[in-house]
Amino acid sequence: MRKINVKQIEDALRDMSIKANLYVGKDVLNAFEESEKKETSAVGRDIIGKLIKNAEIARTEEMPICQDTGMAVVFVEVGQEVELVGGNITDAINEGVRRGYKDGYLRKSVVSDPLIRKNTGDNTPAVIYYDIVPGDQVKITLAPKGFGSENMSRIKMLKPSDGVKGVIDFVVESVSIAGPNPCPPIVVGVGIGGTVDKATYLSKKALTRNIGLHNETEHLREIEKELLEKINNLGIGPQGLGGNTTALAVNVEAFATHIAGLPVAININCHASRHEEVII
Amino acid sequence: MENKRMSTPLTQEKVKDLKAGDTVLITGTIYTGRDAAHKRLIDTLNKGEELPFDAKDAIIYYVGPSPAKPGKPIGSAGPTTSYRMDDLTVPLLEKGLTGMIGKGVRNQTVIDGMKKNNAIYFAAIGGAAALIADSIKEAEIIAYEDLGPEAVRKLTVEDFPAVVVIDSEGNNLYETERKKYQK
Repeated sequence: MRKINVKQIEDALRDMSIKANLYVGKDVLNAFEESEKKETSAVGRDIIGKLIKNAEIARTEEMPICQDTGMAVVFVEVGQEVELVGGNITDAINEGVRRGYKDGYLRKSVVSDPLIRKNTGDNTPAVIYYDIVPGDQVKITLAPKGFGSENMSRIKMLKPSDGVKGVIDFVVESVSIAGPNPCPPIVVGVGIGGTVDKATYLSKKALTRNIGLHNETEHLREIEKELLEKINNLGIGPQGLGGNTTALAVNVEAFATHIAGLPVAININCHASRHEEVII
Repeated sequence: MENKRMSTPLTQEKVKDLKAGDTVLITGTIYTGRDAAHKRLIDTLNKGEELPFDAKDAIIYYVGPSPAKPGKPIGSAGPTTSYRMDDLTVPLLEKGLTGMIGKGVRNQTVIDGMKKNNAIYFAAIGGAAALIADSIKEAEIIAYEDLGPEAVRKLTVEDFPAVVVIDSEGNNLYETERKKYQK
């Protein structure tokens, strides 16, 4: 068994919280530059140009890209040959988030109870998903999730007979309803199959994939391509002020499902599309 | 693009001069307020008490900024999504509020209230929060400090960039522009 001290995980979370919120990913910057060339709306081009400038200011002045520095969503893959020592891993993750949000001057956006709504003051707790995997490493992915886009999420239990068309229609309809609200240009995460919770989980996990990477399964890759085209034909454009850059990418993930069902979930990321990954 | 310069207060005359599609640089005083603050503002009005600021000819910016770093007036400060304030907006318009800055759609009740009371809905670029912060020169909490990022702040802004999305006649840029690019 390889021993890993949870303090290392805490430190990683602290650093990732700051990095994810201050630096726009290379994949996103590339997508901005590509779409600025292709955007037919002058207002749209101007907005994309300002987003590139915003990324530059955030980087040089070490300020968050967006004031909504999100709720920390953490995916942890623990190798089954790892022995975690030095404390409780969940406490370590939350402590790392707490330190990162404090040290990085990031906004504390979490309330302790969804109905009483008192701010916890340190952006914890994080939403954490654990997975046990083969090997002797720990892989941690942090995705700070802003709620302008999160609020546009939808889930539908389609009939098996609805098929590919049903999936595509539901996703395009969801983006159409969201309109300007999730800060387009967006990244669209789609989860197909499993159960209601599995589909939703997959739609969020899909958002941790870099722009430009596609699903390895051919028919899912085709759906990603068709969805991206249909979404960009909606005309919503940057910030909803018209144009052909509504989405920068559509990422689809799928899982086996029941003979009676076809669950489809959609989770949207704003253009910041923040996620960081470390392997310990 | 051609910008119109506008200074606060946003009087009725200035409102009439602004049309959907205008890009505006705002200079002067604006107030912040989002979900939790709006709930308190409306509770205050329902109790017949005074608002923490004079709403007449004022502008509210829907924002919860990130914390200011040492030596800075404010952290990143882009707009939040406006529809969550829709049910809590018309009473403020009735009190003379003439401007709102946010992002995203408004419902018909708000648009009708804007037409009746002559008000403007501006959009700022969602996610351009570091860029927008550059136009905010001073920030002071004037109410509800316990709400943290949701406290009401008085901001002094210079050339704050915004677009008129819905004007006082109800013209709505979100509807007109999207149609032009729809395939």
